[in-house]
Amino acid sequence: MYFASRKGITLVGLFFGVVAAILQRVGNPPNMGICIACFERDIAGALGLHRAGAVQYIRPEIIGFVLGSLAAALIFKEFKARTGSAPIVRFILGFFAMTGALVFLGCPWRALLRLAGGDGNAILGLLGLIAGVWIGVLFIKSGYNLGRNRKTNTAVGWVMPAMMVGLLLLLLFRPQLPTVAVFFSATGPGALHAPILVSLLAAVAIGFLAQRTRFCTMGAIRDVILIRDIHLLCGVFGLLVGAAVTNILFNQFHPGFQGQPIAHTEHLWNFGGMVLAGLAFALAGGCPGRQLFLSGEGDGDAAVFVIGMIAGAAFAHNFAAASTPAGTGEWGPASVIMGLVVCLGIGFTMRQKA
Amino acid sequence: MIEKLNVSGLSCPQPVFETRKKMKEMGEGVLEVRVDSGTSLDNITRMAVNEGWKVEVKEEQKEYILILSKLQDG
Repeated sequence: MYFASRKGITLVGLFFGVVAAILQRVGNPPNMGICIACFERDIAGALGLHRAGAVQYIRPEIIGFVLGSLAAALIFKEFKARTGSAPIVRFILGFFAMTGALVFLGCPWRALLRLAGGDGNAILGLLGLIAGVWIGVLFIKSGYNLGRNRKTNTAVGWVMPAMMVGLLLLLLFRPQLPTVAVFFSATGPGALHAPILVSLLAAVAIGFLAQRTRFCTMGAIRDVILIRDIHLLCGVFGLLVGAAVTNILFNQFHPGFQGQPIAHTEHLWNFGGMVLAGLAFALAGGCPGRQLFLSGEGDGDAAVFVIGMIAGAAFAHNFAAASTPAGTGEWGPASVIMGLVVCLGIGFTMRQKA
Repeated sequence: MIEKLNVSGLSCPQPVFETRKKMKEMGEGVLEVRVDSGTSLDNITRMAVNEGWKVEVKEEQKEYILILSKLQDG
């Protein structure tokens, strides 16, 4: 099967990178053509779960990722409703993955896109990600396991796609109740976005291809450490190269550490935030993109992880843990430490015989 | 003797990791692995081929049985 080949995933990664850079060109925030963490955070804001006025928008990319994966899973007969592998733990992992990502200001996809745009701070984030995944691998090697999922009613697998359709309706019709129902930023990153149809189509294509290739940014690192396999890493390099080349062509490449868009220069916490995120992704078995694609193919546990991330975003902004370009939030570092303690606790205590 | 392993329902990377562990233990022989996702099917197939094992796949009611084999003279 072509998509499962190394050439297949490399080309698909390349395509993702090019598309992400184009999305920046046509309206998405700089170095943020695609950022699962940022975009889920924007959705949390649009729904009023946090009130950070600059980051509120219903991002069609998130909707498209799930629906594109759903389409691929249905066409290739891989849609299968399943759940029951410690969902509450997956919620917590999603929650703290988001906490870490918002201290760094980006998920692994955006870390790559930031690097492809010349943002040197992303190097610290990527090193942190590698460190976090490495810790996760140590747990996996020593028997960490959240247990098996089970087949369940088909309707369970449709919950996440249905929620995405609901979000799409909110985006298109922007209902106004007696008080404001959905919030859309007037300024800031939340106000920067590509045309809805462009974002949606791009994301459906990405979701479709990611479902076929099993693209995963965390898995890329994990597989190298755990089983010496560079297959997924080829996809990640593809993304990096595709975005970097497109950025250079569009004059979107600006190397340096200072003044990078939607980024800060606190190296320790750029690193630390992503250690937490990487560990949480490794313990949950997939990067935030992969969790969306899995939720599109009927994985209820991945869907709970996604909802955990959205809840985590709301808390991160409400509790002053999210960073801004000025630096970490008042409670950012403390939240990272708390998240690390919780994730280490999960790693040490959740062991089951396979 | 045919060894058997069921990795259905496990999250990544457990299916490929458990299978690899079992293959290393066995060194050679025939290992029958039951998986329930296309991802695990792809991952285990790729890993087994890289390790020099032969892979055959049977589909059974939306689950897959992988027959991995490595024989002394093969």
